[in-house]
Formats: sequence, structure tokens, C-alpha cells
Amino acid sequence: MTMQSTVEIEAMPEQPQWARELRESARARFDKIGYPSTADERWRFTNVDAITRIEWAADGPTSDDINLDPFQIPDLDAALAVFIDGQLRADLSDLSGLGEGVVCEPLIEALSRTGVADRLGAQSATLTDGFTALNDASFGSGLYIEVQEGFAAHRPIHVLSLATSGDTPIAAHPRNLIVAGKNARVQVIEHYNAVSDEIVNLNNAVTEVFADEDAFVEHYLLERESERGYNISTLFIRQGARSVVHSHTVLLGGAIVRNNVVPTLAGEKAHCLINGLYVAHNEQHLDNQMRVRHAAPNCESRQYYKGIMNDKSRGVFTGRIIVDKAGQGTDAIQTNRNMLLSDDARVNARPQLEIYADDVKCTHGATTGRVDDEAVFYFRSRGLSEEVARAMLIYAFAAEGFDRMQLAPVRRLLAAEMIAKLPRAEGLSIEV
Amino acid sequence: MSQTPLLKISNLHVRLEDDPAVEILRGIDLTIMPGEVHSIMGPNGSGKSTLAQVLAGKDDYEITEGSIEFNGEDLDDLGPDERANAGIFLAFQYPVEIPGVSAMQFLKAAVNAKRVFEGKDELNAGALLKHFRAKADQIYVPFEMLKRNVNEGFSGGEKKRFEIFQMAVLDSVLGILDESDSGLDIDALKIVSEGVNSMRDGHRAFLLITHYQRLLDYIVPDQVHVLVKGRIVKSGGKELAMELEENGYAPFGVNEPATV
Repeated sequence: MTMQSTVEIEAMPEQPQWARELRESARARFDKIGYPSTADERWRFTNVDAITRIEWAADGPTSDDINLDPFQIPDLDAALAVFIDGQLRADLSDLSGLGEGVVCEPLIEALSRTGVADRLGAQSATLTDGFTALNDASFGSGLYIEVQEGFAAHRPIHVLSLATSGDTPIAAHPRNLIVAGKNARVQVIEHYNAVSDEIVNLNNAVTEVFADEDAFVEHYLLERESERGYNISTLFIRQGARSVVHSHTVLLGGAIVRNNVVPTLAGEKAHCLINGLYVAHNEQHLDNQMRVRHAAPNCESRQYYKGIMNDKSRGVFTGRIIVDKAGQGTDAIQTNRNMLLSDDARVNARPQLEIYADDVKCTHGATTGRVDDEAVFYFRSRGLSEEVARAMLIYAFAAEGFDRMQLAPVRRLLAAEMIAKLPRAEGLSIEV
Repeated sequence: MSQTPLLKISNLHVRLEDDPAVEILRGIDLTIMPGEVHSIMGPNGSGKSTLAQVLAGKDDYEITEGSIEFNGEDLDDLGPDERANAGIFLAFQYPVEIPGVSAMQFLKAAVNAKRVFEGKDELNAGALLKHFRAKADQIYVPFEMLKRNVNEGFSGGEKKRFEIFQMAVLDSVLGILDESDSGLDIDALKIVSEGVNSMRDGHRAFLLITHYQRLLDYIVPDQVHVLVKGRIVKSGGKELAMELEENGYAPFGVNEPATV
């Protein structure tokens, strides 16, 4: 990739000095470390050469004539921010109805708000990663979402990033900052999609979440891009005491997808749910990297990731739980379960623990298997065809992940999409 | 005019697909007429459960000789789902737990699969619920059970009762009960038996596979067959079960009792 894909620093005269410094130091960081290679342990199973070979543009011709209907989430009453090829389209967005105490505006317009300078980059700059550095150096599009102390957003916020450019491959660096004050509540759906199956694009997204004491944040990452598209999404979460954060990730699209979830439980008795499902077919490559840090006493983290791999696809799961010395009384669970539907599908699962406290309860485990033949026989012995039996069982494998999502319309949409992706599942009707 | 047997097994030889040296069934003959209840009793390893699974169409086994006819038609080419839709029901010894699929969802799909097989229209949700409620009353199954995931967390008794309930819901004509009595206390056994007895209507037939005579106190068979080492070594009326209760399988060369 050329640096064309980064936003020109000089082209943003109004930005505060700190923002300029953030970008400049990030660019220096990127120049030093560059793109990750498979020699980097964290990228061992994911080769990004296919991404870096492409001549990416920062923008290109976009169409005014965009039908958003196929990209809405049916029955979901949500505020909507639409980004077309990385550019916010206010004319297509509707950020109303969020209620008092809620700020939701383009990040670039929020840089001078109180607290933004302290928070933006506070988490991302700590991760030595080329893509993250590139986003830090390039941030321009994305949202600032703040729910002030004691308030709750009245509707979820649906952040839809749509790739439309068929001729020019466009790289975007979406950047969101989500701040939930004390005892505040907000639900955000980050949704990546493309208008056709042929679109080659890159979204290198970073979202930083700050959840203050007793706050509740539910974050969804829906990856439904073209199977020729690329997505690197990194979610940083910093949690205050007794805050509850739920992160749900569903990866369905993309040629190469890397999903990083990096929560830090920094206040006592914080709870973090990290729920994920990756469903791959053809030659898709879906990589998930979790890094959960317990930096305060008596926090709970729950990681549940499941993969379903068909054809020649590949899944990767790396889950690291780090318990600092301060993390006494930590209760951490991590499970990764994978189902392989073909002989050529592969998955690499690496559960990792790094524990510096002595009073902790950590369990982790990874399994990889196939559809249970005994269960298939059981279903067939009740009259269901082999295809339907298998599809039902694969769905059942994934179902508990959907059950954890609070927004029923999102759950229904994703379950339907997942089912549609299963081989020969036409005869299957499932109520979610 | 003679009636067509519901099930006619002739000289059935079966071996393991994966281990052809092992012949498990070595020439079984068995005829069940509509409305009859037969019991196959046998010690451990006699081939009882294999027979049940072969009848249901499990493909771990290879039939090397003989035939199975259901309503006069050879079953050889039919898969487990087609056999089920034709009216054969296997109540599993160990019903499989399926987290993520509710019993309701599962049964709706099964009932409608059978209706499609029979060339009928699928039932809508309302009609299905009504059907389930009627059968739940008949089999003494709490309707709430349908809201749970298939067999997940069910007690041994609940699993067996849910199997019988499924047979009633699917309106199968031949019920093969593979050790449905195993692991049940007397109360659970009675409930399962009453469910089975409520389905006896002169047409529907049952094949009760069991190690123990006890079940036959509650579901009285027309015929009892003793299976030892893959062969039926003796057949008789229900009094044969009494003999087994008394003497165990010793007269057949296996030193196992037939009582719990």
C-alpha cells in the first residue's frame, strides 16, 4: 500500500495541535514498523501481502444513487450514520432521537470537546501494530459518541460503512470514539458491507470505547463485506469499576479479515463479554485476536468465540488473557470452538494465559470438530433430510452466540445470514 | 386373505461396516403383524441394539444377507429419514442432547418433513401447537418440555418420555423401543409404559428391546424372542419372559440375570 491511503496531514488546517502530533507520531511509528509480517507472532497465521500489494486510493468516484434498503437491519429502530467508501454522508444519515445527554457527531468535528484529547489514541497508541498505527495517522471519518453521566441513548446507533467503488480500490480508516459516562448506556452497531460481491476495498477500522463506572456498552461488529474485500477492525475497550461491556462480532464477509478485541478491565468488578462467530467458506481467511487484560481486582471476562469453516477457508483464533498483579480475584473464561465442514477447511486456535496475580480463576479451552454424526442420525431418524439435519445442527452450534445479543433484530438478521451461507440449507426454517 | 406383515425380517445377517470380520446378527427371522407387540430380550452384546439401529437405517452396518420388509416393501434403499417418514420410529437408548434447537422447533420440522413426504401441505404454527398439546396430554409430557432444547439437561426419565412423545407426534406405526426401560425408576417406567399403551390401537405395533423382564409387566407383549449371539434362540408368549425372570440367560449359555 502506498501512503496515498492516509489522509494528508497538511490538508487539515483546523485540527488541534494534539491531533496533529498524534497523527505525526503514528506515522513515524508506522514508518518504523510497517505492515505486519508472518514473522510477527501475532500475525503468524495471517499473511497480509494480498492487501499491501494493492494500490489503494483514499477516495474515488461514488454514486449518489444508493439504495440503503438492503443494508438496513429489519425491525431495528436505530439512529443511522452512513459512510460511503469512508466518507460520511449526512444526507443519508439520521442521528436524531438519541435523547438528552447524548452526543453523536463526526469525530473530526468533536476534536475540541472536553476529554477527547485525553482519550483519542490513549488505547490505540499502546498497541504496536502497523494497521493501528496507520489508522492513528489517518483518522478522519468516523463518529464521536458520548453518553453523559446517568443518561442512556434512546436508540442504538447503527454505523453503516458501505463500499461502493467498483473501479478504484478504496482504503478507508474508520475511527470511532465511544465514551459512556458513569452509569450511562449505549448500544453501537459497527456494520461493514458492500454494494456488490465484486468490490475490492479495505476498511482499517479502530474504535476506542471508554466505559466509566457502572456504564453499560454493547458493541456489535458486523462484517458482511464482499469476499474480495479486506477488513482490519480493532476494538479497544477501557472499563471503569462495575462497568459492563458486551462485544459481539460476527464475521461473514471479506477475503481476509482481522478482528482484534482489546479490552482492559481497569476498575474493580468490571465485567466484559466477548462474544464472536466467524463463518467462512470458499477461500476466506478470518482471524480473531483477543487480548483481555485484567488490571483491577475482582473483574470478570467471558470470551466465547465460535468458528464454522467450509471449503478451503481458514479460521484463526488467538485468545490471550493477561492478569496483572493488581488483578486479584480475577474470574476469566475463554472458550473457542470450531466446526469444520470440509476436509480442506482449517483452523488455528491458540489460547494463551499470562498471569501475574495469585488469586485468580482462569479457564480456557479450544476445540475443533465436525458435525456430530450421532446427532445427524438422531435427526434423520425423525424424518429430517440429511441436509436439513446438518444445517440445523450447524445453526444450533452457533445459536448460543446469537442468544447473547440483546438486540433481537440484529440477532435475527445475522442468524438468517448465517443460515443462508450454509451448504444446502434451503429446507431449513428456524425461528430465532 | 392373509394380512401383510408390518415388519418382516428374513435371514438377516449384519456386520460392522468398519470391521467386516465382526458379524453381529447371524440370521434373524422375525415377523410382526399390525397391532402386535413383540419383545426381544437378550443379554449384553447379543446384538439387540444393533438390530434396532439397522431397522432405523444407521449406516454403520452392512447387511450381508437377508432382507427387511416394511409393509411389504424392501427397506434396503431407504435412508433413516425415509424410513421415519414411512412410519418407523426408533426410541433411542441414549437420546442425543442438542443445545441450540428447541424441542418445539425440532418437532415442527419433523412433522412437516413427514407431511411433505406424504404429499400433504405443511401444518401452520397454530395447527402444530394444537397437535402437540393433544399428544402431550396423551403421553403425560408437560408441554413446557417443548420449550427446552432437545434433550438438553433432561433427566433419564424425561428423555425416554420425550422419545415416546415424539413417536406419538409423528404418528409412527412401528415403534422400536431400544432399552427404553434402562435407568428408569418404577414411576418413570410406568409413565413411559402408559404412554406406549395409550398408542396401542390394533394397528400400531411395537418392538420392545430389553435386557430385563420388568418392562413387560407394564407393556404386555404378544410374543417374546430371546436373542443370543446374533440369533433368536427361542420364541414364545409372555410366559417366556417369566422363565427368563426366574432363570436369567443361563439356559442359553450366558450367565446374566434378566432382572434388575
